[in-house]
Amino acid sequence: MGGLISYFSGLFGSKERRILILGLDGAGKTTILYRLQVGEVVTTIPTIGFNVETVQYKNLKFQVWDLGGQTSIRPYWRCYYSNTDAIIYVVDSMDRDRIGISKQELFSMLEEEELKKATLVVFANKQDIEGAMTVSEVANALGLTNIKTNKYQIFKTSAIKGVGLDEAMEWLSTTLTQTK
Amino acid sequence: MHMLRRDKKEEEEGGGNPFNNLDKTTVLQEARLFNETPINPRKCGMILTKLLYMINQGDQTIGSTEATEAFFAMTKLFQSKDPTLRRLMYMGIKDMSKIANDVIIVTSSLMKDMTGRDDQFRGPAIRALCSITDTTMLQSIERYMKQAIVDKCHAVASAALVSSLHLSKTSMDITKRWVNEAQEAVSSDNIMVQYHALGLLHHLRKHDKLAVTKLVSRFSKHSLKSPYAYCLLIRIASKLIEDEDTGTESQMYDFIESCLRHKSEIVIYEAAHAMINMKGVTAKELAPAVSVLQLFCSSPKPTLRFAAVRTLNRVAMKHPAAVTACNLDLENLITDSNRSIATLAITTLLKTGSESSVDRLMKQISSFMSEISDEFKIVVVQAIQSLCLKYPRKHGVMMNFLSSMLREEGGFEYKKAIVDSIITIIEDNSEAKEAGLAHLCEFIEDCEHTVLATRILHLLGREGPRTPTPSKYIRFIYNRVILENAAVRAAAVTAMAKFGAHCDELLDSCVVLLERCELDSDDEVRDRATFYVRVLKERQKALNSAYILNGLQVSVVGLERALHHYTLEPSDKPFDMKTVPLATQPITEQRTTPGKEPGDISTSKPSDKLASSRQDVYAEQLSAIPEFANLGPLFKSSSIPVELTESETEYVVRCIKHTYSRYMVFQFDCTNTLNDQVLEKVTVAMESSDGFDVMKYIPCASLPYDTPGTAYTLVRLPEDDPTNVTGTFSCTLKFIVKDCDPNTGEADDEGYDDEYVLEDVDVVVGDHVQKVMKPNFGASWDEVGPDNELEDTFALSTMKTLEDAVKNIIQYLGLQPCERSDKVPEGKSSHTLYLAGVFRGGHDALVRSKLAMTDSGVTMQLTVRSTDPNVSDVLVSAIG
Repeated sequence: MGGLISYFSGLFGSKERRILILGLDGAGKTTILYRLQVGEVVTTIPTIGFNVETVQYKNLKFQVWDLGGQTSIRPYWRCYYSNTDAIIYVVDSMDRDRIGISKQELFSMLEEEELKKATLVVFANKQDIEGAMTVSEVANALGLTNIKTNKYQIFKTSAIKGVGLDEAMEWLSTTLTQTK
Repeated sequence: MHMLRRDKKEEEEGGGNPFNNLDKTTVLQEARLFNETPINPRKCGMILTKLLYMINQGDQTIGSTEATEAFFAMTKLFQSKDPTLRRLMYMGIKDMSKIANDVIIVTSSLMKDMTGRDDQFRGPAIRALCSITDTTMLQSIERYMKQAIVDKCHAVASAALVSSLHLSKTSMDITKRWVNEAQEAVSSDNIMVQYHALGLLHHLRKHDKLAVTKLVSRFSKHSLKSPYAYCLLIRIASKLIEDEDTGTESQMYDFIESCLRHKSEIVIYEAAHAMINMKGVTAKELAPAVSVLQLFCSSPKPTLRFAAVRTLNRVAMKHPAAVTACNLDLENLITDSNRSIATLAITTLLKTGSESSVDRLMKQISSFMSEISDEFKIVVVQAIQSLCLKYPRKHGVMMNFLSSMLREEGGFEYKKAIVDSIITIIEDNSEAKEAGLAHLCEFIEDCEHTVLATRILHLLGREGPRTPTPSKYIRFIYNRVILENAAVRAAAVTAMAKFGAHCDELLDSCVVLLERCELDSDDEVRDRATFYVRVLKERQKALNSAYILNGLQVSVVGLERALHHYTLEPSDKPFDMKTVPLATQPITEQRTTPGKEPGDISTSKPSDKLASSRQDVYAEQLSAIPEFANLGPLFKSSSIPVELTESETEYVVRCIKHTYSRYMVFQFDCTNTLNDQVLEKVTVAMESSDGFDVMKYIPCASLPYDTPGTAYTLVRLPEDDPTNVTGTFSCTLKFIVKDCDPNTGEADDEGYDDEYVLEDVDVVVGDHVQKVMKPNFGASWDEVGPDNELEDTFALSTMKTLEDAVKNIIQYLGLQPCERSDKVPEGKSSHTLYLAGVFRGGHDALVRSKLAMTDSGVTMQLTVRSTDPNVSDVLVSAIG
């Protein structure tokens, strides 16, 4: 029955796609979520748990889950993996010290069976700050070339300035519509 | 039949409740649907409701793993904006917060709802958030809580205030910082917010009495808008009055009194209620409270009438005279369409009315007795009981009424209340005995409650043989043997044996009937019957008394422990009953005395239980001290500690005396009230000239400020003269003082010796005697025999009445009054007091004291019988 419903809703182009925004604490996930939803920068506090919002991009509806990035919350990410269409993985391009941890979290996440088909978009965030790592630096540090199973793309973004988000969403929409 | 009816009812209900017979596994399985997208709010709402229903029913426990899984599935529902589903989720979060793990995962989502735009979500979100937040997480939401408390939306402020109150239980340190916000909320113009804010303010300060006093006096002047807040303030004020024992003197009382003139009914009632429940309030002081309740009696609102009459009922128990003024209003309420009001009105009138109105009121009650619930029937029964004790001459009417109630349908509690009342009346009024026993006999013919049947059979066994025609009870008792379950049969056998033991003319018939019981299918019944037949066939009064009429007198806990001990250490010596401590509080003595209120009975029962086990506690504590291990069994501990110091001195010392067969242990409970001193090696030195030798001091090693400690002194009783049992000790508290820092409690290394003189400790005859109830005194009197009998006559010139004399003799000898002889019938000039007990060493001691009033006071002829001649000597000389 589930298949039938998705077939019909696909026909009308209104099926909600499920997106997770993940990344270490302080990377800017919540800011990105609300930038995508309301187009503004909101003041945020560290997320204990998650925020969930519906985001409309062109004719696509996304149900976006922003999960908290603190060490204590990361173990719960897996509870929200099932039925995920895409992952937005946010990296703080200024945080050279923890990029290694970020890489570990990324790859242990991609090993999960439930995420094998999910599309990955990496946001090299905080590009507005001077001295940030470049996109290729981030890509190298994360070892993106080692990803074999998932479709992925990396974008340089600044949630504060609103740079790069449109391009990333554009690419994501195209990719997701193609897969269906 | 009862069961049957209930089953049927349940079946009927089952049809209407879709949540009946929910299966846990199925529901948890269904809860996985929460993970699917898109969400179907209606369907998910239904499943969540089932889950909540199941959790709240509580009959199927959900494990923490299952609960956590369901909880995380539920968090997925946050993507839905459906308001109904969201509110169900708040409830789900609250209900699961205690059984699921990692519930903090919804913190951010709830914080968003709590600060969001939708007011209908904000309050519930606050409540849910506070239920998942522990002390460590609380700091991160503190700012939002403070804002919510002063929020202009009333529902939000109330939710935040009440949640803060709940949080205070675990995180008082943090919630204390919200006092300023709570202060601001008290001045809210919403009545609920004001009430909740006052509640929080009080809660945050409740351990600081001065602050609470200030709180009340401040808000009692600046007038609060909310009647609920006023009610709370009245409650706080009356609690303060109670704690400080200031009574009507304090300004708190003036405040409560002024609330009687408030414009809101609820405040007026609360004030009246508070005044009535105040300790030691006089009838005169009650008058204003009673008169507002009187006004309420004629209110058109049934709730007000109910509250008023219920409270008046309470007043009537203590101050019937104060309520008489309302009699006319109460009469009008008898015909009230609300049966609860009518019942309370009648039972109040029964307490306040005169003897002449009794018949009329009883008639009135019987007209609607079948229409009220068991709970109120019990109220009626209790009213009748106290009335019967007040007007003993009316027992005929009452007894008939009670017995007709006994015949009607009713639950166990109701039947028990009636039986209790009849028994109380019988015990209080010997004229009512025969009629009462006859009613009870009739009742057990068709009684479905084993507990009641055995209780009545026990009573029949005790009272029946001493009635003019004991034979008529045998038939009722023997019917039980034929028709009832094993427990009742066993009780019936015992009752029958008592008739055989007491009445010679019935002995042969009883033996025949008991012999038939030897073939019973139940072990206990057979054992009892065989035992009684053997004893009865001996035809010896002494045996009858010891084994049938006056049973075991030892403490059951003590007996169990002694037997256990005996089986652990095999020895050739037979088990000695005398080593078992005696029961300190005979169970048969729990009857109501006329002065007591029916309401007080329930509170006195647990304390009785406490008393009987207290000696066991002492015995355990003392036997744990190696020096006291070989003193033998503890015979008696004095019940009330004697104060050896004034209450407000540097050191507070209380003494408890423990008597052993040849020694006494004095237990000194000491408290150091100086916060700049630590006492060490604390002992109480005792000196006596009466032949008592101090054997050993067990010091209390250290006595810091405000922490009670115990020192013991062991004394050997005089051995050369067994009749020398009384004496006086002068006591001195000896110790080493070390000064210490009041804040840290750290003591100096150096200390100095010091002493402190205490009051004297007296050892009296009562310390050597344990009270023992002999249900059949005459039989015991014969059993002990006249061998060691001593008799003397005394003139008690200081006693002005027989009651005085009885009270003093009982207190002085420390013996148990038997056969209810402690009650002197009115208008008699002579009386016989029977006392029984056991003297240290296990010797029975029985005293018969014939008292007569003369012009110069009371004359007493004292006869003492004992199994030991010295004991008789001691008891007779105790009076002189």
